[in-house]
Amino acid sequence: MPSSALTAAHPLKDVAASDSALRRFLHGLPGVDAVGLEGRAASLGTRSIKTTAKAYAIDLAISMVDLTTLEGADTPGKVRALGAKAVKPDPTDRTTPSTAAVCVYPDMVSVAKEAVAGSGVKVASVATAFPAGRAALDVKLADVRDAVAAGADEIDMVIDRGAFLSGRYLKVYDEITAVKEACGTSARLKVIFETGELSTYDNIRRASWLGMLAGADFIKTSTGKVAVNATPANTLLMLEAVRDFRAQTGIQVGVKPAGGIRTSKDAIKFLVLVNETAGEDWLDSHWFRFGASSLLNDLLMQRQKLATGRYSGPDYVTVD
Amino acid sequence: MSDARLSVFKTYKLYVGGKFPRSESGRVYEVTDSKGKWLANAPLSSRKDARDAVVAARKAFGGWSGATAYNRGQVLYRVAEMLEGRRDQFVREVADAEGLSKSKAAAVVDATIDRWVWYAGWTDKIAQVVGGGNPVAGPFFNLSSPEPTGVVAVLAPQESSFLGLVSVLAPVIATGNTAVVVASENAPLPALSLAEVLATSDVPGGVVNVLSGRTAEIAAPLAAHQDVNAIDLAGADEVLAKELEIAAADNLKRVLRPQPVDYTQTPGTDRMTAFLETKTVWHPTGSLGASGSSY
Repeated sequence: MPSSALTAAHPLKDVAASDSALRRFLHGLPGVDAVGLEGRAASLGTRSIKTTAKAYAIDLAISMVDLTTLEGADTPGKVRALGAKAVKPDPTDRTTPSTAAVCVYPDMVSVAKEAVAGSGVKVASVATAFPAGRAALDVKLADVRDAVAAGADEIDMVIDRGAFLSGRYLKVYDEITAVKEACGTSARLKVIFETGELSTYDNIRRASWLGMLAGADFIKTSTGKVAVNATPANTLLMLEAVRDFRAQTGIQVGVKPAGGIRTSKDAIKFLVLVNETAGEDWLDSHWFRFGASSLLNDLLMQRQKLATGRYSGPDYVTVD
Repeated sequence: MSDARLSVFKTYKLYVGGKFPRSESGRVYEVTDSKGKWLANAPLSSRKDARDAVVAARKAFGGWSGATAYNRGQVLYRVAEMLEGRRDQFVREVADAEGLSKSKAAAVVDATIDRWVWYAGWTDKIAQVVGGGNPVAGPFFNLSSPEPTGVVAVLAPQESSFLGLVSVLAPVIATGNTAVVVASENAPLPALSLAEVLATSDVPGGVVNVLSGRTAEIAAPLAAHQDVNAIDLAGADEVLAKELEIAAADNLKRVLRPQPVDYTQTPGTDRMTAFLETKTVWHPTGSLGASGSSY
């Protein structure tokens, strides 16, 4: 296992020593070739994954889903139903793997924890004034401690996009390290950049490095609450970042695209990106996740099709 | 030679979800007239086109079945108006497809348009014929009403490429179902042109989806599809119909078996009632007082 923090001797240790040092480092990262990136993502999306490889990919994708419900209208009953679905996604076929986690708001963590008890399914909670992240640091940290105390195994935090876009990188860095500390040793930290609000690919690359330097266990594209969410191109860019980060520091960081991934075909395209960019080490639910809700139903329908040879329909999966 | 004009050939395409895609497989096949002369290339649909069509039909079902019967009637009548405007094109296509003379083809097209109008009139009348209040021995008001079955796969008749097609399609959508139509294998062009009429006459996208290709190839996944509620086997031969009926049994699809039909005759209501479910509700009326019925 790679160590989860930079040792004092590492050359990257000092890049966050001051605001200007951090800016120098982030702006010194090579610029992104936008046309090349999108072309690469599109060409990897044309791979044809069929038969046994497809069956493997579908099961892998199911095991990587963070089954999510982040609505104002969430009720304990809905969260319990979601938990049951995460544990046994397809009750008619017990060979279906469980999902990786359920992802809920902090006040639903205890309910979710109970619903998945004894199953190995993790409970992730969004925190830090999700989805806008517009609150004082104390409030954000209280939000995180609340979720951790309720038993959350993973915390999905949002960065302060306002600070990031106005160039106050150290503020963002300090916030992430503070949240990381509040997570303690029990919870893994996912850092959400909201790539749809970062405007440029260069910013996404900078945000990725900033998050990883500050100690993120996972970097995550989006909240799912804005117009542009996970795309193959921005996920590819983040996969390159975690690959390069491990090459330089020996620390492996996970990636979680979230929002807008609705079909099995899309999910399999993302798995191709993972395999071709970061490599096989990331093809595991410990290092790659899908933040999704409707995706799971499509994966289950595809799985049923492969098992029976008949196209399935929405009558054979749960409504959620 | 400068005044010789290059002819513009028409690319026939599928009609799925209100759009005109090529086959997902990229395949086409040659369509010839009754004497073997090449007419056009039509898309050779694959099972994935069938799957996409079912998804589109399912998506359209809520809106179409929820529209008022009166509104559906108006929309279908609008289709007849559009057909009338394209009469010459359909006469030509039907004459080529079925080897008819101009005048006979014109008679077929007229009969087809009249058939469409006939079914348009039925949309807000079928409920009165097959539904109604039932006399029951108790203090209840008991009411039966017909409701559309859902997504219906329609294998259009092989011989009657236009009149036959409309005679099996119109009753399915008149009652509020949505349809995935497999056009006549050897004469798909009138069906593909009908799709262009539907696209321009207020029929919501996905209510009718038209596929061309090998009937046996497309019908098999449709018959087995868990999200198709009924299948009309009009265009299947005896062997194929048996296979499809077995496949359709898995999710208890309603199956309309192929039967010899004279499409020139005015049909009954059978093709409409074949794809309707009867919903019966019991509504309490309160106690029947000493004076008798409280309603």
